[in-house]
Amino acid sequence: MIVGNRKDFKEILEKLGPRRRVLVLGCNECVTVCGVGGEREVGVLASELRLFWKKEGETFEVREHTLERQCDCEYIDQIRGFADEYDVILSMACGAGVQYVSEAYKTKLVLPAVNTTFLGVTIEQGVWSERCQGCGACILDMTAGVCPIARCAKSLLNGPCGGSSGGKCEIDNETDCAWQLIVDRLKESGQMERYEEILPVKDWRSGREGGPRKRVREDLKL
Amino acid sequence: MRLSYPSNVKVVKLPCTGRVDVLLILRAFESGVDGVYVAGCMEGECHFLRGNLRARRRVEYVKGLLEEVGLGGGRVEMFNMSASQGQRFAQFAREMTERIRLLGPSPVRK
Repeated sequence: MIVGNRKDFKEILEKLGPRRRVLVLGCNECVTVCGVGGEREVGVLASELRLFWKKEGETFEVREHTLERQCDCEYIDQIRGFADEYDVILSMACGAGVQYVSEAYKTKLVLPAVNTTFLGVTIEQGVWSERCQGCGACILDMTAGVCPIARCAKSLLNGPCGGSSGGKCEIDNETDCAWQLIVDRLKESGQMERYEEILPVKDWRSGREGGPRKRVREDLKL
Repeated sequence: MRLSYPSNVKVVKLPCTGRVDVLLILRAFESGVDGVYVAGCMEGECHFLRGNLRARRRVEYVKGLLEEVGLGGGRVEMFNMSASQGQRFAQFAREMTERIRLLGPSPVRK
């Protein structure tokens, strides 16, 4: 899923400026699961805004609404009936959602309330960890299912480096060394001979370095 | 026991403090209360194992939110007592009432 962090309340207030009619817009997908932008978090942020403005004695209108997704136009269209009543749409979706809402409501100010951080998994309730960087050319078959691009601090294709110590990365002793994990799993799955294979230089054009990406499936088009 | 505690304390009964939600506390502040405290069972004695421990973490989280909006984290607190400790219940009610009295009315209630 896409994981994010809520922006500081102070930063959100600064971005809102003098605008007091706010539509806080949540998303029912990834950001709900990672506890940053779903219906509950929309409720918390809206409540914070109401408490702050009540304290300041200001007149305001805060509406809470959560869409099934903010990355599909049919859901974004669902707020068309009332979006115009607000000065600003405060989107709690990932960066994709914020942009798509902004594209759909060109005359409206759409602000992000979330910093989108990574593609990851739920380690335990309340803990998420990065697993993928969307490089566009998956090599997990070569690395026993552990991604060195996302999980090695240096994205080394042939590791580990000298900073690996006791199975941990030198950046901090709570971060697993991805290459230690790869070697462990290669051993566990009886594929240690793969470790001898030197992975070639990666062609990064399939990743962000090749510019914004787009996927088309003609057979799915209407 | 015929114990008395300040009459300003409004008791909201829940099956377990594990039911206490961040939004529940925030809504109370939005309605204009001056303070909220959660009275849970002793730590390690939760009938549902971790309800009171989870409530404590949520209270800590709300403290941060209240600091952010300028109400002050001191307006919310978590206390632990067993069902048989009526004295302790009354004592915490007095302590919290005194604390809130010092902080003054909620700035939200203007």
